[in-house]
Amino acid sequence: MSARVDPMGSSDHLESGAALVRSSLDACIKCTICESACPFAVATPLFPGPKTVGPQAERFRSGLSSADWSVDYCSGCGICSRVCPQGVRIAEINAQARARLKERTGIPLRDQLLARPDVMGRLGQPVAPLFNRAVETPAVRTIMERTLGIHRSAAIPRVSPRTFQSWSRRHPPAPGPDRVVYFHGCSVNHFEPRLGRMVVAVLEHQGLRVDVPEQGCCGLPLQSNGNFPAARRYLTRLAHRLAAAADVSVIASSTSCGLMLKREGREILGVDDPALADVSRRTWDIFEFLRDLHERGLLRTDLQPVDLCVAYHAPCQQQNHLMGKPAIDILSLVPGLRIIELERDCCGVAGTYGLKREKHDISMSVGEDLFHDIRGLEPDAVLCDSETCRWQIAKATGYPVVHPVEILHRAYSGGGRPPRARG
Amino acid sequence: MPDALDCELLVIGGGSTGAGVAWDAALRGLQVILVDRSDLATGTTGRFHGLLHSGARYVVRDPAGARDCARENAVLRRVAAPALEDTGGLFVTTPLDDVEYSNHFLAACPAAEVPVEEIPPAEALRREPRLNPAIRRAFSVRDASVDSWKLVWACAGGARELGARILPYHPVLALLRDGSRVTGARLRDLRGDRELEVRAECVVNAGGAWGGRIAGLAGLHVGVRPGKGVMVAVNHRLAGAVVNRCHLTGDGDIVVPSHSVSIIGTTDTAVEDPDDVEPTAAEVAAMLDAGDALLPGLSRARALRVWGGARPLLPRAEGPGIDHRAISRSHSVIRHSQVDGMAGLVTIVGGKLTTFRLMAEDTVDAVCQELGTDRRCATAETPIPVDGPHGHHRLSHRAEAFEHRLERSDGTDPLVCECEMVPRSELLAAARTHPGSDLDDLRRLLRIGMGPCQGGFCTFRTAAILHEAGLLDATRAVSVLLSFVEERWKGQRSVLWGQQLRQSHLDEWIFQGSLDLEHLPETSAPQSTRAQEPLPNGRDPLGRPLGTATAQDDRIASPPGPEPEP
Repeated sequence: MSARVDPMGSSDHLESGAALVRSSLDACIKCTICESACPFAVATPLFPGPKTVGPQAERFRSGLSSADWSVDYCSGCGICSRVCPQGVRIAEINAQARARLKERTGIPLRDQLLARPDVMGRLGQPVAPLFNRAVETPAVRTIMERTLGIHRSAAIPRVSPRTFQSWSRRHPPAPGPDRVVYFHGCSVNHFEPRLGRMVVAVLEHQGLRVDVPEQGCCGLPLQSNGNFPAARRYLTRLAHRLAAAADVSVIASSTSCGLMLKREGREILGVDDPALADVSRRTWDIFEFLRDLHERGLLRTDLQPVDLCVAYHAPCQQQNHLMGKPAIDILSLVPGLRIIELERDCCGVAGTYGLKREKHDISMSVGEDLFHDIRGLEPDAVLCDSETCRWQIAKATGYPVVHPVEILHRAYSGGGRPPRARG
Repeated sequence: MPDALDCELLVIGGGSTGAGVAWDAALRGLQVILVDRSDLATGTTGRFHGLLHSGARYVVRDPAGARDCARENAVLRRVAAPALEDTGGLFVTTPLDDVEYSNHFLAACPAAEVPVEEIPPAEALRREPRLNPAIRRAFSVRDASVDSWKLVWACAGGARELGARILPYHPVLALLRDGSRVTGARLRDLRGDRELEVRAECVVNAGGAWGGRIAGLAGLHVGVRPGKGVMVAVNHRLAGAVVNRCHLTGDGDIVVPSHSVSIIGTTDTAVEDPDDVEPTAAEVAAMLDAGDALLPGLSRARALRVWGGARPLLPRAEGPGIDHRAISRSHSVIRHSQVDGMAGLVTIVGGKLTTFRLMAEDTVDAVCQELGTDRRCATAETPIPVDGPHGHHRLSHRAEAFEHRLERSDGTDPLVCECEMVPRSELLAAARTHPGSDLDDLRRLLRIGMGPCQGGFCTFRTAAILHEAGLLDATRAVSVLLSFVEERWKGQRSVLWGQQLRQSHLDEWIFQGSLDLEHLPETSAPQSTRAQEPLPNGRDPLGRPLGTATAQDDRIASPPGPEPEP
């Protein structure tokens, strides 16, 4: 027997994911609010603005026939989608358009490299001291700029000689009855394992058992460099690994990679995989999770004073979670801590955008207001949830820039020496 | 005494047929004058969905017509490439359609020389993801999308290059007669505000749906029955190819990609007056609903505007009970010297844009017989000088041009019409090469105001830029601005819901709130269509009950503005 068929046809397949993103262009009434809010359109004449390359140009694209390279100057910061009063998914439309552009033109080696931080980390790790010294050597950077197109002044993180995974494999799990899965991402694994250890310590301090399954890249840098097929493979593999522990919350400390799991993978990449749908529903940004614990009265508040003045920058991708600023909500509980909220939209780096030779100056120009504010405030430290933004801000201002979880970690460890995670 | 012009052939009607006749006749060396009551291609030709038929639509019902279409399709791909977009077409059997028809359809194509290829439904869905996933069969054909304005201007322009005179905005007041011979026409020059006579050895009535009226000026009867067809444009392409239901034909069974929009058509109802083609809300709703069988969700897509056109049908038999859709779409050339004893007049009716070249060939053959001369038709081999890049038109042309300007300019050539990506330089160039154009003429040339905002953002910019460049004086700038806004408004009235309603509110705030459009200085206060013509629900565009609108406020108390120009 055949299934019942709706003769007028069902449009269910158009009401979700990537198709819905594209059809949202119909809601554009040309009001131009996105163009006024876009930090990149004012920084370069090469980017004509989110409305222009988004809902407007999309009407002139069909298949791969479009030749509009200017969409590549969209950073994907997502501010346009957030400010649109009509619900047009502008940044998402642009990301899809860029992927079609790259499908036609091919992706340069430089972008293929930048889009694979896990590969860079794995290659650099055995020779970490050499690698780190090399990327700080001006002559090497000049060569890198000429040959690869990676700007000589762009912030490149130091590779850790030991991965977070190797630490966590030897780290005995806490005995707590309640479990969480920690999605650490490439950055913690290869560049900032110390942050990962703090995240584990903070979560274990809540009495949680923290599982760190083998993982891998979420595909976000591939997505923003227009390589959708590879991004889909990476994301699907990751989702299956994270989904193995059923019904357990997945905690992300990289805010942009968490957003990939939450919605971008489905909406932009159009990944329609039950494992991803499952993981999406139980993925939390670390501070979103802690705030939820606190609202349910479960967050430990044995916080010691931290006598610091910090400036908090909510990065674009953190704001795209549409969850408010839970880092501020939680850090406000720390006695003695003075938090100044920076009210600038974007630091300009947008993942790998600011690393590229032709885009670095645009990127720095976008971030200049933020850098200026930080210099004027002279804080003890700058807090920011996104790793690439931290590196960009640190490089541009010279101030220490850390994930807000470091402050929480310090408060739990008596304000003095942080407690070491057991192991 | 009116001014007089002489020619060998006077062509009345500047649609595709008339322009095709002028081009054909000029190529054969005849001295031609082409006249139209309005701008070229503003009647039926400018008000259709833009489909260049593969012929497949007619294979079962009218194999001869189908064969004409298939042949002409191939010819036009050669001689008018830049006016066409090679979209390809699909015929699909939806669950509402009889599979038996698709068997007849497939069998009839070879006999009518219509190229067709059956493809698996999954392949059709891969090509067009918005198609009804429940389709049972799919056939690929050589349908294409045609820009009828470009085509007509190219024919007229080509004829002009060969010495023809093209006189738009010259309605015919009377046909000149010498006994039982038509010897020309008396015209009114709307823009020069004068009358003139054209004396011709032969007159072609290419009035199409209006052809009955033209013939009536000579006291002759031509039984043209205008058939009203309604079309709706939605905001973006829902399918890249032309998509058709594979059935005997019905309302809303075809969706044509045309530039940046998809156009769904159409209906077919007999009307007495070819100017009486205003779509009704019921027609629009019925057609959009029917479209869901083809492209599910179409009825919820953003509809931009709606319009009607009048087909120039010539029933073989007239009388009550005629099924209008069954009337052949083939054309008829009437030599009135043979039929009515009225020499010097040839009428061409019926047909469709796809076969316009063939219609022109047959017509000019008849003209040559009237003139007693033997000249060979050359239009099947001679490229029509269509404006545009080499090869077929592509959707991305505008975006590519925009990118090229972006690469080399320093932002001094901004987009005037953002929706259709028309830059300032193109606007000024078009206005300079078409002096006296109003905004509606420029709309057809450039597509200004045809996108989602329907002129909300570009109309006032256009008027201001043209005024600043000295191409429109203040009085005319204001009047063309007002009339353009009214025209665009008419096209939107029947589709004002959802997203387009929001758009029209924003446009209204721009025009009324920011610009106080109806109180601009030195206007002769044209009557507001908005205040006069209610929405079907008895409310004005802002949702106020009728009678409370303030659009008709006292115009004497105009706000202060710049001094009028002398």
